[in-house]
Amino acid sequence: MSAVLDPHGHVAGDHAHGHDDHAHDHPHGWRRWMFATNHKDIGTLYLLFSFTMLMIGGVLALLIRAELFQPGLQIVNPQLFNQLTTMHGLIMVFGAIMPAFVGFANWMVPLQIGASDMAFARMNNFSFWLMIPAAIMLVASFFMPGGAPAAGWTLYAPLTLQMGPSMDAGIFAMHILGASSIMGSINIIVTILNMRAPGMTLMKMPMFCWTWLITAYLLIAVMPVLAGAITMTLTDRHFGTSFFNPAGGGDPIMYQHIFWFFGHPEVYIMILPAFGIISHVVPAFARKRLFGYTSMVYATASIAILSFIVWAHHMYATGMPVTGQLFFMYATMLISVPTGVKVFNWIATMWRGSMTFETPMLFAVGFIFVFTMGGFTGLILSMAPIDIQLQDTYYVVAHFHYVLVAGSLYAMFSGVYYWMPKWTGVMYSEARGKFHFWGSLITFNVTFFPMHFLGLAGMPRRYADYPMQFANFNEIATIGAFGFGLMQVYFFLFVVLPCMRGKGEPAPQRPWDGAEGLEWEVPSPAPFHTFENPPKLNAAATKIVG
Amino acid sequence: MMKTMNSLRPAWHKAGQLCLALCVSLGSSAAFAVNDLKGGPAVNQINLHPPVTQIAADQQWLHSFMLIICTVIFLGVFGVMFYSIFKHRKSKGAKSANFHESTTVEIIWTIVPFVIVIGMALPATKVVVAMKDTSAADLTIKATGYQWKWGYDYLKGEGEGLAFISTLDAAQREASDSGKPAPMDDYLLKVDNPLVVPVDKKIRIITTANDVIHAFMVPAFGIKQDAIPGFVRDTWFRATKTGDFYGQCAELCGKEHAYMPIHVKVLSAADYTAWTEAKKKELAAKADDPNKVWALPDLIARGEKVYSNCAACHQANGKGAGPIKALDGSPVVLDADHAKQINTVLNGIPPGMPSWKQLSDTDLAAVITYTKNAWSNKTGQLVQPKEVAALRK
Repeated sequence: MSAVLDPHGHVAGDHAHGHDDHAHDHPHGWRRWMFATNHKDIGTLYLLFSFTMLMIGGVLALLIRAELFQPGLQIVNPQLFNQLTTMHGLIMVFGAIMPAFVGFANWMVPLQIGASDMAFARMNNFSFWLMIPAAIMLVASFFMPGGAPAAGWTLYAPLTLQMGPSMDAGIFAMHILGASSIMGSINIIVTILNMRAPGMTLMKMPMFCWTWLITAYLLIAVMPVLAGAITMTLTDRHFGTSFFNPAGGGDPIMYQHIFWFFGHPEVYIMILPAFGIISHVVPAFARKRLFGYTSMVYATASIAILSFIVWAHHMYATGMPVTGQLFFMYATMLISVPTGVKVFNWIATMWRGSMTFETPMLFAVGFIFVFTMGGFTGLILSMAPIDIQLQDTYYVVAHFHYVLVAGSLYAMFSGVYYWMPKWTGVMYSEARGKFHFWGSLITFNVTFFPMHFLGLAGMPRRYADYPMQFANFNEIATIGAFGFGLMQVYFFLFVVLPCMRGKGEPAPQRPWDGAEGLEWEVPSPAPFHTFENPPKLNAAATKIVG
Repeated sequence: MMKTMNSLRPAWHKAGQLCLALCVSLGSSAAFAVNDLKGGPAVNQINLHPPVTQIAADQQWLHSFMLIICTVIFLGVFGVMFYSIFKHRKSKGAKSANFHESTTVEIIWTIVPFVIVIGMALPATKVVVAMKDTSAADLTIKATGYQWKWGYDYLKGEGEGLAFISTLDAAQREASDSGKPAPMDDYLLKVDNPLVVPVDKKIRIITTANDVIHAFMVPAFGIKQDAIPGFVRDTWFRATKTGDFYGQCAELCGKEHAYMPIHVKVLSAADYTAWTEAKKKELAAKADDPNKVWALPDLIARGEKVYSNCAACHQANGKGAGPIKALDGSPVVLDADHAKQINTVLNGIPPGMPSWKQLSDTDLAAVITYTKNAWSNKTGQLVQPKEVAALRK
């Protein structure tokens, strides 16, 4: 992978592009990564980091599934089980999904808008390297006295007050990750608003940049809210305050309101950039422009705005007044409208296209199909009377894995296959990609589809052991989960690694005939420095002219 | 590329069959000897519980209604997508069209889902309003979540004054730890004292908790209500059938979260009356005479049992842990003024130490006496139930 690992590869690329970058040479060896200020290097770091966290979080998930394979406690005790569910959630949300999208943004935003780099290159470095100590602290909390936090990833009070010292480590880690996210978001907003090439107006900007621009605003709005909630938890734990501690007059439900005021926009933080990726892949492989670009932008913005007024649908069972339940129910159901618009636009893009189904497109179609199932279960859950039955059962677990795994993760796989030729300069193996897709699709559904049944039958989530009537579906889910885990190891070893080593057919500058956008205007692999001088663009801002 | 995929196909087919066979064989072996639990989960149940209240029936209707609408939309939308996928592919010579915008279409597919959503919201609204109407209850029962058991207090209506604790069967808890529980239909659902209610009466359940948030859930009744420490919330049900119905705690409440089931026994009016009489007698027989004067060894022996409530935090050795104070050598415990410790135990010390008002005077006197004489605290002090009663407000 010349552009990523070989420090010399870029020189040839740059010469080919007609620039001279000897004037500002950059460090080599480990210093290249430690002191990285290049958006491509930092993007690579983010992606590798998030994949590592995906693997760690995945191992925790498999331990959970192994324990649940049969009734009775065979592998872990209930306390450790709670630690596993908690840390699986925290690691996947804050360590895997969020940083992975920041990695995509680092790589693609400057390339797509014709900017030379991110606006704040050194802050970019800092926001990445901040995550390392935070991640270490989070994972190492398993080895602290009393083990890792075990209060669920939602960290509900007052259970958090009963946790050992690892809770403080967890809170500190989340503060740092939050700071990193906020810096990343500021960087993305400033880059998008100030560094677009001349002629790239906002309404000509690629969808991925649009979705990330909106996501970045969401992040800046809600990460401080999370920081506030966990800081109050911290002072309740150590400094005698009683924000959430009922014994001192505090209100545990207040914690949930604050947490979900962060938590619900967070859901969209994890899915909007995925929508952006899909909005590139579908047109590329349908060989047809994205249908309804303008409505896609408006739909994304509507989803973001609505995401701020639906938080208490996570809390129907806390006992809200009638009017509260009705308001949050209506507002939540409303979100299905702009989300539906997006799905319709993607299908209209495919309609009467000239489609081929390389791996990126397979993952994109898989995304649309399976994510929509998660969307529908979301609509069902939004109805307060049904939610009263399903809240805190496996139905909810199935629902959010359908939108987060089949949603966010599939979109990222789609994006990796789509842009890997540009990143590494080699084509991945199509047969292996297809195997990864079908394997993931099948094992994913084997894992999570039975959970709908478990939830409807009333099996609560976060249970280390369960009544025996639930045994069969749990067994099937566990088998599926191990298959899904293996598929992702396969993906790294047999798809990503060969590409990173530069093994494979050399990628042409435009590996996909239908793909449009400035990233395809630079050679493959993308040279170390691109767009050092602002390019002149055509009217649609998709090509360099002159 | 396509060739290799084609050659892989038979192998795939084999692998698929193998997986299926494996799942089925594993599934059938585990299901062996476990039957449906009436009022609880059925083996491989795939839908909501058979409803026993009007609300649960409405919820089930709503769920089926939603499922049908969603399935129809899903099939419609993805029918179009898959038609396009099979028809509009390059390999079939499809040339891409050039359209990419239509305001009319965008407006249509914004308005239509909006109308559908309103159509869904209307029947749901009715059920929400009905669910939240807890007025005019025939019987009011307080359900208190403890780590990790449920306490039931009959506050108002027939059986008023009854109060007891409901705990998971200890043998089932041990079976869980053993890792190889023998097949049983009510695994993790069997309790010592079920909540008993009359049929066809409006039962209002007031929930609260002693330590952390729990949730009171009975799927057959269509109720789930968080039990929140320091706050009271309520829900209600009117069971239309007699029988046993099961639920479990539905809010993560610490390590034994999976081990605090809910068992509700619905009796006919006559049986219920008989049960209340019997239960009152049973509780009266067990009740302690608050004026009894105890001897030190008897009270210590009893207090040692009550101390299991305290040991979760203060540890069996009384040393505490981290922010939790040690009782061994504690000045409050050693103090000759009994009122200090009695007040602490009765009222708690926010934020850490909860109030233990729910324990009887005798139990509190016993546990205080025990701590005053356990470990290195050899004070020889004896606290009588009357002293606790005097300080109880």
